Amino acid sequence: MTSLRAELKIIADWIKPGSRVLDLGCGKGELLSYLQEKHNVTGYGIEIKQSNIVASIKNRVNVIQADIEQGLTGFESNSFDYVIMSQTLQALHNTDKILQEILRVGREGIVTFPNFGHWQNRLGILFGHMPVTRTLPNSWYNTPNIHLCTIKDFEGLCKEKDFEILQRSIVDSQHRSRVYNMFFPNLLGEVALYRIQKRQA
Amino acid sequence: MPDAIPNDSVGLVTPSTQHFEQSLTLESGLSLPSFDLVYETYGELNAKKSNAILICHALTGDHHVAGYHSMDDKKPGWWDAYIGPGKPIDTNKFFVIGLNNLGGCKGSTGPMSINPATDKPYGRDFPIVTVKDWVLTQTMLADALGIDSFAAVIGGSLGGMQALQWSIDYPQRVKHAVVIAAAPKLSAQNIGFNEVARQAIRSDPDFHDGHYYEHNVVPRRGIKLARMLGHITYLSDESMRAKFGRELREGKINFNFDTEFQVQSYLQYQGESFVDRFDANSYLIMTKTLDYFDPAKEYNDDLAKALEKTDTRFLVISFTSDWRFAPERSREIVKALLDSNKSVSYAEIKANQGHDAFLIPNTDYQNVLSCYMQHVEDASQ
Repeated sequence: MTSLRAELKIIADWIKPGSRVLDLGCGKGELLSYLQEKHNVTGYGIEIKQSNIVASIKNRVNVIQADIEQGLTGFESNSFDYVIMSQTLQALHNTDKILQEILRVGREGIVTFPNFGHWQNRLGILFGHMPVTRTLPNSWYNTPNIHLCTIKDFEGLCKEKDFEILQRSIVDSQHRSRVYNMFFPNLLGEVALYRIQKRQA
Repeated sequence: MPDAIPNDSVGLVTPSTQHFEQSLTLESGLSLPSFDLVYETYGELNAKKSNAILICHALTGDHHVAGYHSMDDKKPGWWDAYIGPGKPIDTNKFFVIGLNNLGGCKGSTGPMSINPATDKPYGRDFPIVTVKDWVLTQTMLADALGIDSFAAVIGGSLGGMQALQWSIDYPQRVKHAVVIAAAPKLSAQNIGFNEVARQAIRSDPDFHDGHYYEHNVVPRRGIKLARMLGHITYLSDESMRAKFGRELREGKINFNFDTEFQVQSYLQYQGESFVDRFDANSYLIMTKTLDYFDPAKEYNDDLAKALEKTDTRFLVISFTSDWRFAPERSREIVKALLDSNKSVSYAEIKANQGHDAFLIPNTDYQNVLSCYMQHVEDASQ
């Protein structure tokens, strides 16, 4: 199973069938297409790139061309069951604001990102280089990733912003769960997936 | 004048006229005793009559959407770049209908037509028609052609407003609506521009309160001014700068009021050529049609509520440099569709031609439309 399909499957398992979903940075619409087909989900993707708009339409996904950095002003509060952001967090400028927007518009948020705390990244830095790995394939000068974080960093932000972590999955680059990930997730996990919500009063 | 008809053209086409020998009560409460609609069709209606597409025209458009009327035509129909065999609206697959709306001046009943009550042209007595009225008459044309439901209703600008109105008034009769470079209603600025255009026409001494036909004149200066003004709003600052800059016709300023800058010359040419192809009374009426468009009005100004009952699926398209109906206006339509949980995709196409971009070939625009039309085709099988 490809890594993308594997991530879709983990997310799909977290989502209640028949939900209303907003996918931020939906790319070619693979996730929504998968969820529509397997989980009877309705929803919209948001995407900035023109070629991805065409690809999403081709994939029969409702897609809205917009820049998520501008916030989700066109969306009412609590208008989606889930707002998903897959592998996009680390490429945004206003990371914390967008997380807040996700939990304003969605009752729950699902966020996935490459774990910068993985030992390979640490080793790269130790030897004096920005790491290039399976989950972070770009060089420092052409990477779209500007806000890389570790599992600890993300969970620290959640605590600070009062986001409750409902579910977490730490996997390798093929999105396989490994026993060792359970013990040293921040060192051994390559990809982190979270399901979060605003802490209920 | 094509030397030969291009392969991807619908070719030579002939308009038809549908006569309606029945009284039509308009939104204003006024009525017409009977009326004609002129239309053209391209492609073949399938046996299930499920592949029909209605193209709605903008302010000064008409039924001649694609192809040529004769080998002497200088230009094809106004949206020829998008309609034809193998084009985004593929006439090998769809049966495409273009019509001239009521109140127009290209053959459908309008101010130039004879008023049966007076045996003279209606002139300014022709009632103001609304988008709702147009859509009603379009359903009557569909009935006459045996079409219960359109695979899609498509339009740009005022045409997009008709597509939106279709989805609200006759949701069961339109499967897809493609709303391009439109707005959910006009802004004060939009209405302001229309008013200046109307004043230009109405203050022309040759206007004769709309009855200029009897005087064998046309309010040339008024129409010309109205078109010059309108034309500026169809272009972008960027495209005008690129096209004309501050270029002088004689290479120097002459300290007089002659046509010195190239842009003056261009606008005057656009205005002049419009005089001979459009009727002033029709222009007055259609700018009013624009001003009055506000489908949310009867739903407490809530467009999402207006759209609540529709199952129509939507594609909304805007253009980055359009300031007449800017992308923000299309986003208002998209938001209402999202709020009412409708199927909608939205593309904001990079284009520097301003509002006119909706008529001009553009790869991104063509790709989005082509992809979407594939779904329209699948749904029409």
